[in-house]
Amino acid sequence: MQQNFSSSAYLNMDLLRFTTAGSVDDGKSTLIGRLLYDSKSIFEDQMEAIERTSQMTGEDGVNLALLTDGLRAEREQKITIDVAYRYFATPRRKFIIADTPGHEQYTRNMVTGASTADLAIILIDAKNGITTQSRRHAFISSLLQIPHLVVAVNKMDLVNFSEERFLEIKKEFDEISERIDVDNITFIPISALLGDNIVNKSENMPWYNGSTLLHTLENVKIGSRKNTIDFRLPVQYVLRPNQSFRGFSGTISSGTVRQGDEIIVLPSMRESRVKEIWSDQKTVDSASAGQSVVLTMANELDISRGDMIVRKNNVPQIRSEFEAQVCWMHEQSMTIGKKYLLMHTTRTVQVIPQALLYRMNVNTFHRENDETLGLNEIGRLRLVTSQPLFADPYKLNNETGSFIIMDPATKVTVAAGMIRPPSTEPIKPDRTDDVSLHRAGKKHSPEAVWEPWNIPREVREERAKQTAKVVWFTGISGSGKSTVARALEKRLWEQGRQTMLLDGDQLRHGLCSDLGFSPEDRAENIRRVGEVARLFFEHGNIVLCTFVSPYKADRDLVRALLPEGRFIEIHVTCLTQTAQERDPKGLYKKAREGKITGLTGFDAGHEAPDKPELQIDTDNMSVDDAVDLVLSRI
Amino acid sequence: MTASHLKVLENEAIHVMREVAAQFERPGLLFSGGKDSIVMVHLAKKAFFPAKIPFPLIHIDTGHNFPETLIFRDELVEKLGVRLIVGLVQESIDQGLVEEETGPEASRNALQTVTLLETLKKHQIDAALGGGRRDEEKARAKERFFSHRDIFGQWDPKKQRPELWSLYNGLKNQGEQFRVFPISNWTEMDVWQYIAMEQIEIPQIYFAHRRKVFNRRGTLLDDCPFIQKYPEEKAEEMVVRFRTIGDATCTGAVISRASTLEEIIQEVAAARNTERGNRHDDKRSETAMEDRKRAGYF
Repeated sequence: MQQNFSSSAYLNMDLLRFTTAGSVDDGKSTLIGRLLYDSKSIFEDQMEAIERTSQMTGEDGVNLALLTDGLRAEREQKITIDVAYRYFATPRRKFIIADTPGHEQYTRNMVTGASTADLAIILIDAKNGITTQSRRHAFISSLLQIPHLVVAVNKMDLVNFSEERFLEIKKEFDEISERIDVDNITFIPISALLGDNIVNKSENMPWYNGSTLLHTLENVKIGSRKNTIDFRLPVQYVLRPNQSFRGFSGTISSGTVRQGDEIIVLPSMRESRVKEIWSDQKTVDSASAGQSVVLTMANELDISRGDMIVRKNNVPQIRSEFEAQVCWMHEQSMTIGKKYLLMHTTRTVQVIPQALLYRMNVNTFHRENDETLGLNEIGRLRLVTSQPLFADPYKLNNETGSFIIMDPATKVTVAAGMIRPPSTEPIKPDRTDDVSLHRAGKKHSPEAVWEPWNIPREVREERAKQTAKVVWFTGISGSGKSTVARALEKRLWEQGRQTMLLDGDQLRHGLCSDLGFSPEDRAENIRRVGEVARLFFEHGNIVLCTFVSPYKADRDLVRALLPEGRFIEIHVTCLTQTAQERDPKGLYKKAREGKITGLTGFDAGHEAPDKPELQIDTDNMSVDDAVDLVLSRI
Repeated sequence: MTASHLKVLENEAIHVMREVAAQFERPGLLFSGGKDSIVMVHLAKKAFFPAKIPFPLIHIDTGHNFPETLIFRDELVEKLGVRLIVGLVQESIDQGLVEEETGPEASRNALQTVTLLETLKKHQIDAALGGGRRDEEKARAKERFFSHRDIFGQWDPKKQRPELWSLYNGLKNQGEQFRVFPISNWTEMDVWQYIAMEQIEIPQIYFAHRRKVFNRRGTLLDDCPFIQKYPEEKAEEMVVRFRTIGDATCTGAVISRASTLEEIIQEVAAARNTERGNRHDDKRSETAMEDRKRAGYF
């Protein structure tokens, strides 16, 4: 290949980022080594170094894979453990390869590499055909919305360059293609070891009329990931060189901005016009996606990092509750209900994963039910953030549709996510969905389409002039939960509040009449109560719940159903002796007589909340005082 | 039309620099006087224009400089009106923090790491921007843009955070810090092409010039007072240029007649050796760079 970078021809070169996925056995490192070698991107000293190492480890010939396996641990274990970036250029294009390992445990790296790629090369060993790994690579490429997929059928030399074998694999891959969302798939038979169809057309496969791999890489359309319609500028950093200049810097996520455009700033919703666009130390008339710019406004606005500048008539969704496909990237599994940090564009907020709707088996494309996500697992989550995000669905806008999750204690990145379209838009059933897997009676119903409330809670709250809350009284039987809650509800009612009181007996007679008092049944009981409370909450009510609810995990689940600050947990306590004397329902008597077992406060324990919003000791407080205390907190 | 590769790389670097200015309290830009750090300063100027670069330049000075480097550095600092912090390896030696190597192979290159860490600590720098590139060396191929360092300034390849899209996680606990590499995705060729495109001024020693050098195991070293020659080593005047500029004791020159940027680009395109091939410090072992990074090297 000719290396001709003469007379500024490089000013017209563009840049393609692609990812390679496959295991060592598929010949991935050899392929990359081959691309670097044939494009003369390997220097003599590098070549000498790997020749030395190849000889030392007693290998035949030069092991091109050594070019890419950089870290010591990898050399020792002869595996690739992290994303490595490689570079080569031809006179037409510069290439950045995100080289990701194929092992099962490194889905994380594959997702990382795929997040910025325009193209993915999926390597298939011609002898072995399609493997679980091939399916996983295809799925992840589709999940991350890589526009171009190249299926490179490698080691053709080991199957006598057989066209039949190539067509067989191609046909087998069709079954995967049907179930993923990638527009452009190209199949190329290659031999990375011998160089067939990499840079030069293979003389061994005259039956193949398509492009070589390098030709494909050089000619594929770039930039199809970019959204050119919707103008979004997340503000990165405010520039104030002097009193008269206030510039808002950032990289345009999508769309185009022109001088004079009418804009709106999120979240303040203040409006203005674009006065100047600075780019490359001068003012320009317009700028578009990918450019780093500085905008000034016609009138003075208070704008800071994390705000987003958009066009007045084209605003993203402003949401603090959303669903996303999330890839978990940390050894420590996700905790539902835990507070994490979330970084979206230039904005960092608190986030709570509320529920795992399903986990995706990346090998079989099946949806599975589970409670949490562990390392390298991908699933759909419902998330709630402390402040709204200005987001577009990932499919429409990679930049404003993606986020990372960070652990608040260790600060490390634990997950990456892609925002799903809001449920107001009809959701196309995923082609990757296997409906047969869903059975009735499971906790999640992934196929159910989530419809938003017709009249949002915020609107109901405004009319009722109150803030909806769920006040949860927990404690042993006879502790005084119902007495306090009933008095409280009357007081609230007198104040003109809109309330609802849910208590154990009511629900157990109806909705939960099929449940007993085993730990599992108690958990299910509280789950149903939580969902009912949420419905009344969404109606704008102050919901008072009085349930023994002895298990912390069950109560935390209800807490996670509600936005931050809206769940008030009250631990009602008294001496066991007092409770037994009160015995409002005669339960302790029955227990003493041996007629019932598992009574909380008698022969079963109550797990006290770690940090209840309030604790009421009914041995030492009158009902009225208790009501006053609760009122002061809601 | 799609943007040229240099514009894409430029925008990416500017984005990263602005993230650093926004996410950290006391960033600083490591400036060696070499072409990569000159390009970094150029990018920083663009990132914050019309405001000034909002962080200081930090020069870790081994004392074994090419004189041209210091002149260039001081003129640049004055032009930009930024603050310059200098960390002197000599000071670390005087304080007994490190021991000076002796003999013909003596180099202060390894000592720099200690001075760097001391300087960052003294000025409470929580993010040090560096001109490191992933194409330089195998261990760097896996380096992140935001590279996390523990409280000892050390790099643990297994603890690096995944980096996705253009989201850079700069959160840290007390005492931890970051090295940030905005030009991670550039190659040596990209740097030269960018210097040519932007007409960035660089020190004259990058261009072919007459210089007294001597040959040590294939590397042409500058005949300067900092290097003790073996008896058989004889300096002679040759027409050479430097592909990298670092500590004079370990930066080799190449024979070259390239006296313009276009000629250098032609030469780089035809080159058969990597630019670090002339760095004595990398030749010590296969994983020399990884070992130094673990210890806290840039």
